[in-house]
Amino acid sequence: MPRPGFVLDVDRSTPPILFHHGESLRLERLPAGRSRVLYPGEPLEALDDPDAAIRLALDNPLGDSAPLRALLTPGMKLTICFDDISLPLPPMRRPDVRQRVIEAVLDLAAAAGVDDVHLIAALALHRRMTEAELRHAVGDRVYDAFAPDGLLYNHDAEDPDNLLFIGETKHGEEVEINKRAAESDLIVYVNINLVSMDGGWKSTATGLSSYKSLRHHHNVATMLKSRSFMDRHKSELHSSNWRMGEVLKNSGIKVFQIETTLNNDTFGTSGPMSVLQKREWEWTARDRASFVGMKAGLDRLPVKARRKIFNSWQAPYGITSVQAGEVEAVHEVTTANVFKQQLVEVQGQSDILTMGLPYICPYNVHSIMNPILVMCLGLGYFFNMYRGNPLVREGGVLIMSHPTPWEFHPVHHPSYIDFFEQVLAETTNPVEIEAKYEKQYAEDEWYRHLYRTSHAYHGVHPFYMWYWGSHALSHLGKVIIVGGEARSVRRLGFTPASTLTDALEMAADVVGRDGTITHLHNPPIVMADVI
Amino acid sequence: MKALVFSRQPAKFAAAMVAGRLRPGGGARVGPLSLRDVDPPALPGPGWVRVRPRLAGICGSDLATIDGTSSRWFEPIVSFPFTPGHEVVGDLDDGTRVAVVPVLSCVTRGFSPACPACAAGRINHCERIAFGDLEPGLQCGFCESTGGGWSTVMVAHESQLVPLPPDLSDEAAVLVEPAACAVHAASRVNNDDIALIGSGTLGLLTIAALRAARPQAVIMATAKYPHQRDLATTLGASAVVAPGELDRTVRARSGTMRLDNGQLGGGIATVVDCVGSASSIAQALRIAAPGGTIHAVGMPGVTTVDLTPLWQREIALQGAYAYERANFDAAVALVAALDLGRLVTGTYPLHGYEQAIAHAAHAGSRGAVKIAFDLRSERERDSI
Repeated sequence: MPRPGFVLDVDRSTPPILFHHGESLRLERLPAGRSRVLYPGEPLEALDDPDAAIRLALDNPLGDSAPLRALLTPGMKLTICFDDISLPLPPMRRPDVRQRVIEAVLDLAAAAGVDDVHLIAALALHRRMTEAELRHAVGDRVYDAFAPDGLLYNHDAEDPDNLLFIGETKHGEEVEINKRAAESDLIVYVNINLVSMDGGWKSTATGLSSYKSLRHHHNVATMLKSRSFMDRHKSELHSSNWRMGEVLKNSGIKVFQIETTLNNDTFGTSGPMSVLQKREWEWTARDRASFVGMKAGLDRLPVKARRKIFNSWQAPYGITSVQAGEVEAVHEVTTANVFKQQLVEVQGQSDILTMGLPYICPYNVHSIMNPILVMCLGLGYFFNMYRGNPLVREGGVLIMSHPTPWEFHPVHHPSYIDFFEQVLAETTNPVEIEAKYEKQYAEDEWYRHLYRTSHAYHGVHPFYMWYWGSHALSHLGKVIIVGGEARSVRRLGFTPASTLTDALEMAADVVGRDGTITHLHNPPIVMADVI
Repeated sequence: MKALVFSRQPAKFAAAMVAGRLRPGGGARVGPLSLRDVDPPALPGPGWVRVRPRLAGICGSDLATIDGTSSRWFEPIVSFPFTPGHEVVGDLDDGTRVAVVPVLSCVTRGFSPACPACAAGRINHCERIAFGDLEPGLQCGFCESTGGGWSTVMVAHESQLVPLPPDLSDEAAVLVEPAACAVHAASRVNNDDIALIGSGTLGLLTIAALRAARPQAVIMATAKYPHQRDLATTLGASAVVAPGELDRTVRARSGTMRLDNGQLGGGIATVVDCVGSASSIAQALRIAAPGGTIHAVGMPGVTTVDLTPLWQREIALQGAYAYERANFDAAVALVAALDLGRLVTGTYPLHGYEQAIAHAAHAGSRGAVKIAFDLRSERERDSI
C-alpha cells in the first residue's frame, strides 16, 4: 500500500534534505525547529491492464456522452488531437499512454469504417514536435500509418488557412481553433493530466487555438486572479477556457475527451535515480553510496554531458486512471484522481518557501532550462502547487536552487533570448512588459517564421512564462536563487546566493531571524492543500 | 611653468605603442609624455589671451595619442612638442572664467578671408589647420603654438572663448567641449530610430544631446558597466543593453528576419558609434538597415573592417568630428540643465598624470566616466 504524502517537521535528527539543482543535486540541512518538508506521496498502484481500462472507459463514458463506438460512423470526419511534448515530465517510457489510447480509438474507428482521420499534436504556441518525438508519443505503427500521407501533424497556430473563428464568449473572448478539428464531426482529445492544471476545456480551447484566442487568458490579469491555476475552481485561467468550451459546444463542435492520470513513479524503484524518490532518512547505505557516486560523477561532467544524461531519462510511470466522455464530467473525475496522488494537507503558511528546481519543465524537453524557464518553473508551477493558500505567506521569501545559466537553446527559444536581453534589461514588471512588448513579439515575422518552419516556441511564449509567475511576484517579498549564475539571477530581478545558509541569512532581512520554512520536496510532484 | 609635454621621440613612441597594447594607458609611463618645466606659450598676436586652466579633461583621443594608437593621418596636422588638453575650463587674466573652443580655424590662424567652411561657420571643416600664424594643429592640445589644458597656462584666441554662467560648476564646464561634440553629432541625425554604441563619456553625452534634440526618438544604447547603464537611462536612452545584446535587440525591435549566421535582413535606420573600434564599426554595419546611416562619433583610427555590408546594403558611413561654434551654446545649456558635472568622477594633479591616464583608460571598469586634471591648486598657477 503506497504511503501518502506528508509533512515532516525538521529536528536535529533529520538528515540533509535533497534539493534538485538543474542537472545536479544538493543535500541541504534545514534549520531544526522551524522547518518542515512537504513530501510527495509514494506512487499509487498502477492499472494492471491499462489497455483494458482504456477500452472500458471508451465504452463507458462519463457525463452526457454516448460510448465512442456509437459516435463513429462511416464517412465521418474524425480528428484525434493529443497533448504535445510538454507532457508528461520527464517523458514516459514506451509505450506512451497517448499511443495506447490512440491505438484503441483507431481500432474502434477502423471497425466503424471511419477512414477520414487526422491526428494533430495540440501544441498551441509550443514548438513543433520532431518526428522522433511524435513517434514516441503515438508509437511507430500510428506514425507510419498516418504521417507519410500528411494525416499526422503539428497544429499550426499561425496558419490563417487552417484556423476557424468560432465566436466570442459572453466576456468578449474570441474563440478560434484548428479548422480541421472544428470542421470534424468529432474531435477525440487524448490527454495526459500530469497536474491538475491540465485537461478539461483547456485541452481544446488552448491546445488547438491561436494567439488571437489564447491572449484572452494567457495574460497578467488572468494569472493574478488565479489562486491558484492548479485549482480549477479558483482559476481564472480555467474559467476563461471553460467559457470558450461553452462557445465550442454551442457551435456544434463535438468533443470526446479522454483523460489519463499517471502515478508518481518518476525515477523508478531501482537503479541510481530511484534514490530521488525515497525519503532521506530511509536511504540505505547503498542508496547513500549511489547518491554520492551519482553526484560526484555528475559534478565532474561538463554541463552538456549532464544535460544529455538527464534528458535521456524516461520515467516508468504507471497509468492510474482513464476517463472518457463529456469534457467537464471527465475532468472532474480526472482532477480527483490527480489529487489522490499529489494532494497533501498542510497546516498554515510559512515565512519562507524553499525548492530545488530540477532539470526539466514543460518547455525544455530535449532542450535547455534557460533563466526565464527557471523563473516560470519556480514562481509559476512550483509556487502554484497549492489549493487554498500559497505555502508561503504574503511578503514572504522564496528560495530556489538552480544553476540558472545564461544559456538558451537557439532553435527552441529564439524569442526568449531577445526577451531576456531586451525586455528584462528594462523591466521585470509583468504589467509593463505585457503593455509595452507583447504585441511586438507576438507579431514578429521572424519568430512566426521560426515557429512555423523550425522548432521554435512562438514569439510571445516567453511572455507567458513571465506572466505565469506574476501571482508569485506580487505575493512574495523576495526571491533568492541559490547556486545560480549571478548575472542571470540579477537580470531576472532576483537575488543570488552561494549557499542555502547565505540565502536564509538574506531571507532573515525580510521575515526575521526565526522565519518558518517549508521545503517543497518536488519532484515527484506534490501539491499542498494549505488550510 | 609646469606642463605635460608630448615630444617627438620615436623610440619612446614605439615603447608607448607596446605598453599601450599590453595595458591601455600604459603609454603614459614609458612614452613621450612627460611632466616638465617649460616657458609659457607666447601670445601669437593680437586677439590672443592667456588662459589658466582650472580643469582639463582626458579624452579618448588623448589616450590614443599617449598609447601610440592614433592614425598617422594626424602627423601633418599636429606640431611637436605639444601640451595635450583640449577639454578646458580656465580663467583669463581678468578673472573671467571661460570654456575653450579648441579648434584652430582660419580666424585663429590669421586668415582673412576665411576658407569657405570657416566662412560658413563650419570650423570643424577648416581647410587650413596646418597653415597661417600658428604651427600645425587641428586643435589646442595638439599644437605647439597654443599649449594645452594639461598645464598651468595656455593661450587662446578671443574667438575661442565661451563665457560661462557663474553658477555652472567647473566640473560641468569641463564637459562643455565634449558636450558640443555630442550636440553636433546629434544634429546630424535625421530620424527617431537610433542605436547608439558605447556609453563612455562621449556616448552618454550623445544620448543626452539626442534626447534633447529628438524627444520622440527611440534610442537603444549599449553599456558595458552598471553605472554606465544607469547614467544612459537617466540621460534619455529608451533601452540599454550589453554590447553583445544589441544585434538581437535591434532585430527584435525592427521585427526583421535573421539569417543563420546572425546577419539581419533589415536593421535600424541610424547607428551612432561612440566607440570607434573595429568591433563597434563592424557591429554598426551589422545592425544598420539597408539605406541606413552610421554616424562615426568616437574617433576610429586604423581599423580593419569588412565593408561588404556597406556596399551591399547601401549604408552611409558619416563622420562626426568636433562641432560648429554654435554648438557650444547648446552644450553649455545641456550640461547646465542635466547637471552633467556629475560625470566627472575623478581628478588628479599634473604630477599624478600616470595614475590619471591609467584611471581614464579604465574608467568604465573602475566605475568612472570622465577623468580630468585639476589645476586649481597647482602652486605656480597664479604666479605666472
